[in-house]
Amino acid sequence: MKPKQLILALALTLGAATLAHAGDSVKIGYITDLSGVYSAVDGPGGEAAIKMAIHDFGGSVLGRKIELMDFDHQNKADLAAAKAKEYLSQDGVDMLLGGTNSATALAMAPIAAQYKKPFIVVGAGASSIVGKQCTPYTVMYAYNTTALARGTASAVIKHGGKSWYFLTADYAFGKSLEDEAAKVVNADGGKVVGQVLAPLGASDFSSYMLQAQASKAQVLGLANAGGDADNAIKQANQFGVTKSMKLAGLLLFLTDIHSVGLPAAQGLYLTTPWYWNQNAQSRAWAERYFKQMKAMPTFLQAGDYSAVMSYLKAVKAAGTTDGTKVMAEMRKMKVNDMYMHGGSMRPSGLMIHDMYLMQVKTPAESKEPWDYYKLVQTIPGNEAFGPAAAYGCSLEK
Amino acid sequence: MPRRPRIPVYMVWGLLLLAIAAPWLGLYPVLGMRMMCFALFACAFNLLAGYTGLISFGHAALFGGAGYITGLALTSWGWSTPAGILLGVLVALAIGLVMGVLAVRRYGIYFSMVTLALAQIVYFYCLQADFTGGEDGLQGIPRGTLFGLPLQSDRVMYYVVLVVFVASWWFMRRIVRSPFGQVLQAVSENEPRTISLGYRANRYKLGVFLLSAGFAGLAGALKSVVMGFETLTDVHWSTSGLVILMTLVGGLGTDLGPILGAVIITVLEEKMGTISRFLEQLTGIHWFATLNDSASMVNGAIFVLCVLLFRRGIVGALRERWGGAQVPAD
Repeated sequence: MKPKQLILALALTLGAATLAHAGDSVKIGYITDLSGVYSAVDGPGGEAAIKMAIHDFGGSVLGRKIELMDFDHQNKADLAAAKAKEYLSQDGVDMLLGGTNSATALAMAPIAAQYKKPFIVVGAGASSIVGKQCTPYTVMYAYNTTALARGTASAVIKHGGKSWYFLTADYAFGKSLEDEAAKVVNADGGKVVGQVLAPLGASDFSSYMLQAQASKAQVLGLANAGGDADNAIKQANQFGVTKSMKLAGLLLFLTDIHSVGLPAAQGLYLTTPWYWNQNAQSRAWAERYFKQMKAMPTFLQAGDYSAVMSYLKAVKAAGTTDGTKVMAEMRKMKVNDMYMHGGSMRPSGLMIHDMYLMQVKTPAESKEPWDYYKLVQTIPGNEAFGPAAAYGCSLEK
Repeated sequence: MPRRPRIPVYMVWGLLLLAIAAPWLGLYPVLGMRMMCFALFACAFNLLAGYTGLISFGHAALFGGAGYITGLALTSWGWSTPAGILLGVLVALAIGLVMGVLAVRRYGIYFSMVTLALAQIVYFYCLQADFTGGEDGLQGIPRGTLFGLPLQSDRVMYYVVLVVFVASWWFMRRIVRSPFGQVLQAVSENEPRTISLGYRANRYKLGVFLLSAGFAGLAGALKSVVMGFETLTDVHWSTSGLVILMTLVGGLGTDLGPILGAVIITVLEEKMGTISRFLEQLTGIHWFATLNDSASMVNGAIFVLCVLLFRRGIVGALRERWGGAQVPAD
């Protein structure tokens, strides 16, 4: 090929590529951790769940094809924000679905608001997303740390766990978890006997376990997450703490229980917005998911599915992908699906739905693989998420 | 000392023209700015590692530390943008002074360990301090104005960053070619002999550490203004690793190497999805599509390849080819 021809050919290919890009499809941009520490709870599993949602919706809405674009933000907020901006300004993405890592979600929210497109947060849990940093376009769909901490604290107290001792990860996240739970403990007539701070990523919890035991409290609240929580549970078991105290996890996923194992985790209390075996509908969906991913879905992956379904329903009802009109539709909607019943949105964008206090089964109670939780109590949405005023969102007036 | 072969001058001008035209050629300005911030960071690192032979493993503390302070000054104290950036640079210099004074007394791996240890202190401080927002990050940093120029527009901001970047790059290049820079290279080649010639090697090393810290701080401060937020990623040790990777891939001790390395690594981080889908369509092998989920693995593979195949990085390898002359082994 002569240089001139080559340039022409290149220009044509580029032109064709741009045309194909601007095609008339409804685009969902999914930005999450696909390869790092949070990829097991959301990541590729979430992507599979979204594809299931698009498939179940029929592959198109308003006569336009539904397309999924995904990006691995590698837990870097600047990558997430730059990609969000690129998706919205250049690729014509209609809705952003935010995955795990609160810093990335907080970085993306103002960008979605700037472009007036819905930003549905499923994976990130920081309550400030619908608090001080709320926008008219942010939706917090699945959970937040407030709901999990409050849910566990209030329900455990009702079941007799009055005196608490906290093992807290020594950074902002751990402290806010402890703070949320402690408020409920004090308000519901319980008592916080003491607390100990453990550095992030600590591997030896022995001295903390001895302090917890010496406190004679009934409940050991774990205000930490991920590897820290897994290590704490294992060592609580090894040191016999579980004989005299009940463990209460403030942020635990099904995958955490899976990796710790039932012998160590049995008896632990935790709160979850969804469990794969909570009813026939969720079980049917989870089994379809299992066929593809060879693991049961976490509440985030199921939340991704439900969030995309709700969004598509809102688009259909609004008859347009215009962000403002779709948001108005989502605010009116009551969500009833395999994820939640009677779910509704507060002005701040926080989705209110029931939470479930679960107790981890003993190995003898577990009848099949991934059969880990038994329901202790259903916590009504408003009780779990707490009063709107506590969030400090300017839209709640 | 044999004359080092050089990249032809027209290449430098060509690259500059390309950078000026890039926003009109379809380069997304935010990506371009992020690239330049990392390129500046890598150049600052190269000043220390490439020309003086001091491998710091704590540069993230300077980069992210400056970013946080600039962010704090712009959001909470309402400072003007240039003042905020200046404060960021000053704080990086202060951290660099403490780090440098302690680290330059040690050699090799011990130097790296001292810098790493001090950087971890900065990291844990940022993790727990109230103003940084912990792992939620510091949000909502306004871009403000620069001498009356509104920086809200991505293109305006792009050219501001470009000017700062080119000026800093040129300045660092002057340093390397100055008598001061010659002494640095002498220190890196044979420190005892340099001392026997009457130079106080430790003062030179501290001097270059401070220069490097200042520019790393400038890069971090600029990045926080460009992005509008600052997070823990920038002070985490993996960012120190990333800048080493960028410099090594591009070419340690070359003028353009760190820039090229930064461009390659940031593009990979950002475009892995596109690249993997393109490869999948081109070859029809589905496995390529799964690369999207493993950008860090691809980075690692590139690092291994570079260490095994071109020890001098991409620019180093090109320079040998063009210049013809063999550069003596370091």
